[in-house]
Amino acid sequence: MRRSVWVLLLAMAALLIAGCGRDEEDGGGEADPGITDEEIKIGGSYPFSGPASAYRSIAEGAKAYFEKVNAEGGVDGREINFITLDDAYEPPKAVQNARRLIQQEQVFALFNTLGTPNNVAIWDYVNKQEVPHVYVATGASLWGADPNSHPWTIGWQPDYVTESQVYADYLDQEKPRAKVAVLYQNDAFGEDLLNGFKDAIKGTDIEIVAEESYEVTDPTVSSQMAKLANSDADTFLNITTPKFGAQAIAADAKLGWDVLHIINNVSASKLLVLEPAGLDASQGLVSTTYFKDPAGPDWEDDAAMKEYKSAVGKYSRLNPEDPFGVFGWGAAATLVEALTNMKEPTREALMEAVRNMQLKVPILLPGIEVKTSGTQDGYPIEAMQIQRFEGENWKLVGDVIQAPHSGGS
Amino acid sequence: MERFIQVVVDGIATGSIYAALALALVLIFSSTGIVNFAQGEMAMFSTFIAWGLYAGGVPIGLAVLTTLVLSFIAGMVIERGLIRHFEGGQELTLVIVTLGMFILLNSLAGWIWGFGNRSFPSLFGDATFTLGGVRLTWESIGIVAVLLAVVGLLFLLFQRTKIGLAMRAAALNPESSGLVGVRVGRMLMLGWGLAAALGALAGVLVAPRLFLDVNLMGSVLIYAFAAAALGGFDSAIGAVIGGWVIGVTENLAGTYIDFIGADLKILVPLVIIFVVLLVRPSGLFGTREVARV
Amino acid sequence: MSERKLRLAGVWALVVLALLVPFLFGPYRVGQFTLVLVYAVAILGLNLLVGYNGQISLGHGAFFALGAYTSALLIEKADVPYLLTVPIAGVVTFVGGYLFGVPALRLRGLYLALGTLGLAIALPQLIKRFDGLTEGTQGLTVEQPTSPSWLPFADDQFLYLLTLLVAAIMFVAAWSLMRSQAGRAIKAVRDGEIPASTLGINLASTKTRVFALSAGYAGVAGALYVFAIGFVAPEAFTVTVSLAFLAAIVVGGLATIVGAVFGALFIEFVPVYASDVNDALTGVIYGGVLILFMYLLPDGAVGLLRRIGKLVARRPAAPEPEEEEEERRPAVAPPGRGVPAGKT
Repeated sequence: MRRSVWVLLLAMAALLIAGCGRDEEDGGGEADPGITDEEIKIGGSYPFSGPASAYRSIAEGAKAYFEKVNAEGGVDGREINFITLDDAYEPPKAVQNARRLIQQEQVFALFNTLGTPNNVAIWDYVNKQEVPHVYVATGASLWGADPNSHPWTIGWQPDYVTESQVYADYLDQEKPRAKVAVLYQNDAFGEDLLNGFKDAIKGTDIEIVAEESYEVTDPTVSSQMAKLANSDADTFLNITTPKFGAQAIAADAKLGWDVLHIINNVSASKLLVLEPAGLDASQGLVSTTYFKDPAGPDWEDDAAMKEYKSAVGKYSRLNPEDPFGVFGWGAAATLVEALTNMKEPTREALMEAVRNMQLKVPILLPGIEVKTSGTQDGYPIEAMQIQRFEGENWKLVGDVIQAPHSGGS
Repeated sequence: MERFIQVVVDGIATGSIYAALALALVLIFSSTGIVNFAQGEMAMFSTFIAWGLYAGGVPIGLAVLTTLVLSFIAGMVIERGLIRHFEGGQELTLVIVTLGMFILLNSLAGWIWGFGNRSFPSLFGDATFTLGGVRLTWESIGIVAVLLAVVGLLFLLFQRTKIGLAMRAAALNPESSGLVGVRVGRMLMLGWGLAAALGALAGVLVAPRLFLDVNLMGSVLIYAFAAAALGGFDSAIGAVIGGWVIGVTENLAGTYIDFIGADLKILVPLVIIFVVLLVRPSGLFGTREVARV
Repeated sequence: MSERKLRLAGVWALVVLALLVPFLFGPYRVGQFTLVLVYAVAILGLNLLVGYNGQISLGHGAFFALGAYTSALLIEKADVPYLLTVPIAGVVTFVGGYLFGVPALRLRGLYLALGTLGLAIALPQLIKRFDGLTEGTQGLTVEQPTSPSWLPFADDQFLYLLTLLVAAIMFVAAWSLMRSQAGRAIKAVRDGEIPASTLGINLASTKTRVFALSAGYAGVAGALYVFAIGFVAPEAFTVTVSLAFLAAIVVGGLATIVGAVFGALFIEFVPVYASDVNDALTGVIYGGVLILFMYLLPDGAVGLLRRIGKLVARRPAAPEPEEEEEERRPAVAPPGRGVPAGKT
């Protein structure tokens, strides 16, 4: 009994002493954390492991861009230090990564965090801390829908609503009475695209006649494809991620289902989807894009593409034809532009630059710009172009289609 | 009616995917008494090796055969080098070791071959044909044939050969078997080797349809586990029939019962298994467990 | 010092350290330790079922998720004060565990494992299906508890201490349960069902109650998880969680109370260190460490501490009855090996 009392007293004493000794991690009041005259610290959370690990190429592409910029002297002499953490696509890990990056690593801004649920998990916290949460790597329309609620957060890519609008426009032109069968992934990504499409076809003669979903944990989508092929659709809208996109294309060919096949941008990768599925099976596929295709001959001599491929070869293990790398590269280029345009080395100034931008990023398609016009504009890129797969490569079709969100938000 | 048959046939094709891996699970259980969480990842790893050989110019048949042999050896090495240490101890420790192997192999494969997916050639070609209004592929028929052949071979091995008898004895009762002269260690190695080879076979059979990436077997493993449980963990034919039952019922439910939909269709086999196990706790074809007090 | 006193001192040291944490570290680390406590409660629940009662569950992630969603929905949609959601979550999952435990009585070993795995798979799907209620794949953000103004603590410190308090209650409850008559019955069932029933223990009732209790623990942990993370989504509750809990009970030490803390520390910190070392080889390192751990410490962390304790104790006391019970291997082969009749 006496021993226990001693221990308790010791504990209380230790507590009292230690109570004053905690290291507070919020810095003083001078400059914003994460930015000095020599460096800017940027933090990112990506799925380097786990089921979504194919997307790590995005981080690699971004890193390559930052390395290139650093080799050229950095931004106003400041080197970019891009700290990336693995979240395995799990929201609790993303939350902890955000805390670690902001509190421990004291980054200047969070950049390109990947995954809708992960970003939803952290955006309240990040906004409360008043840390820029920019160019998140997800196409959910959520990020731009209400800029006032989360002013520090902004997406980058054309979001799924824009994308589905482009498909609807295309169909309205090419096949105004299309009967569409849809395969979609049963998560935020799939639902966003599907609902966006449903909204976009209101008032047209386009009809959805069949809908099948699948889970990311399913081994195969063959039964869904069989069901869809059995409907009376003349168009197939394929809202999938790469592995299932390939399965759907292969199944389409095997079933002999000869319809107009539209595949979403995430699965439009020749390297990851069309080659495995078979280039023969992929003839006539329609999709959208907003950046230059690293696998195609059209941009082989393009200066921006050459710069991309050489940097990626030098600074990463990326396959140069992997389009996810280009995605990261483009987002990084946008961030660097914002950092360059920043009027002061503060987080607010960064957000101001982010919200007032008109930029031609060289790796994006000509005619597509990163444009934000004020704090109410939550969508930097709102244009895409249709592409069709012919022969061995994607070929751009028609003109760039602008699909701005109505009401400017 | 035609549609119904088509759904059933498609279900058997999908079910064969589960059955293939389930056979490996059953084999390792029959010969060593444990369930190997890493069976799927080992199979995936082997499939990548086969792919590597094929991409290097080796004809697919030879690549697959080489991979089967390599996997057999690898399985034996893993048993002797790693698993042996844990035999005879707490079962759960060994289960966690296989879990560790799962995580390790998945990450290693990603590091070596990247995380994207790639195609894998079918051993039976890509041709499709129709028979009486029902669409079939040579690939699916080939898989079914191979599965049945394997079941037959396993039966012969375990029930008609001395070495099979020794393997069974070693699994049931290592101590007594050792006393009568069975080389228990050798039998365990053999079991792991065979299971690894079977896993590799499963991998090359299903990769053409599922596309090869590091997560090839991740989603299949649970179904394979279910198929093995439904059929009885020590029955090879049970694993195959279990796989087919799951594939068919899942497909039927998904097609004809609308409110189930694709997101809940995985519940169908699970519920069926639950019900079956309530009535026959050792699976459809498993041996009933009786313990002497 | 006898071994028993050493053990007591060890536990006290752990308590002191735990109390010191929020004052020694910054908010990020404290947050990590809060999660460790959350996981420890769930892992303890699983250990009651697996280590002490000899059953198996690959689906405790489902009860964890159920508790988390119960708490999240009550807070966000029904304005229930957050503290109240903890016992409610516990009760809901207790009932759920009981409902599952009854039919599960028929299942043994691998078959029970599959049944519980089915639960783990089904729950995220059900969450998505009922997205009108649960917000489905978008996830549900929950307002996290903040430190009340009359306490001198920062938010993260308060949250940690609150979690510590609940965890301590759960741990003490489990410990006293295992020392009681009921605890002996639970262990007896693990060591041999037929002998246990000849002693008059009601097998069915014991097993279902333990299942329900262990589910209840996971549910309480789920509610605490919501406070710690502030967000729930189906992606957070995949089968990986259930498997991590299983690994944790073995890493910490089967059939130990304190082992849950070590298991929780393992599954929280090792993946982070692994990915810090090399983000391309995270799994290789984590899997490798797990295997190595099993190789070196098959009895888990607590097993190691016990061995050290035996060495250090100057006056080895007569072996105490309860220690022997916990360390003894089951006399009859663990159920579920699929062994046909005639086993010697």
